[in-house]
Amino acid sequence: MTSIFRPLALALLLAPFIVLSAASVFIEEKLDDPAQEARAREISGEIRCLVCQNQSILDSNADLAKDLRQIVRERISLGDTDDQVRSYLVERYGDWVLLNPPFKMTTLFLWLGPAAIFLFGAFAMIVFLRNRSRSVEGESTARLSAKEEVEIEQLLKPDKPGKNS
Amino acid sequence: MRFRFLTPVLAFAGIAVVMWYALFNLNPTEIPTELINKPAPEFALEPVPGYGPGLAQSDLATGKVVLLNVFASWCVACMAEHPFFMKLKAQDTVDIYGLNYKDTPDAAAQWLARHGNPYKRTGVDLKGRVGIDFGVYGVPETFVISPDGKILDKIIGPVSEDMFDARIRPLLNGAGS
Repeated sequence: MTSIFRPLALALLLAPFIVLSAASVFIEEKLDDPAQEARAREISGEIRCLVCQNQSILDSNADLAKDLRQIVRERISLGDTDDQVRSYLVERYGDWVLLNPPFKMTTLFLWLGPAAIFLFGAFAMIVFLRNRSRSVEGESTARLSAKEEVEIEQLLKPDKPGKNS
Repeated sequence: MRFRFLTPVLAFAGIAVVMWYALFNLNPTEIPTELINKPAPEFALEPVPGYGPGLAQSDLATGKVVLLNVFASWCVACMAEHPFFMKLKAQDTVDIYGLNYKDTPDAAAQWLARHGNPYKRTGVDLKGRVGIDFGVYGVPETFVISPDGKILDKIIGPVSEDMFDARIRPLLNGAGS
């Protein structure tokens, strides 16, 4: 009885905290239409807070983030599309305000750089490994002198005790 | 081929140089303005009570290069640059307009009374909306405005004499003459 009851009680005790943490976005005002509010939150989640730079404006409690959240809600209630809301902010703060930078000429290196570096690394590694295996083969077949051959033969002789044993 | 063993060392040195540069010469908190060479956004604001007529977009196109300084009485760094602006005013180097950002009008008036008023005109941006149109994300910021009301540059943080000489004075001499 107690063994079932205890984890259950614990779960009940902790439940409010889970709910609370899920709801801990900053809500000053809420749009009446839940679909619009959901859009506002989704957009806010992708907008960089310019004060605390690695937080979205949805997560940040900076004053500016608050103002920007309000602007996002306002633009949506005025009938802007998601792209229009984003470009409204980009016009003022630049691409940098988007946590997900757009793909264009100036961000080409940002987007393709990692793939290019990876491909270069892979290419370099293949070349390196090929060269090495070739040179290892070459050395093992050609580099032993006659003197060395004799030495090895002596070492490999089973009945004679080796010098260094 | 003799020095091939140096390759990793050189690669490391290359990366280190790039990172060293980024660490000391790039400032991630400075986000350059999007508005360079674009006209100042449209706005019309009431003045800080007792400090001149209000401030509007049309006031910034004056036929000469002027500064628009975003300030607030709650802003500590503004106090650091304020004496320099007073000096600029005393020397009549450049006209400065004040955008009072997210402040209470009374506090702003008191602040100007205590520290002096370097501004030709002031505008009260109570909700910070004009600031957002200007792409302001921290106070102080100072915009350099061209004779026809376009934004030439933005200084983020307090303006020092060195910074003024390096970034603003050339614009004054270039476009203003």
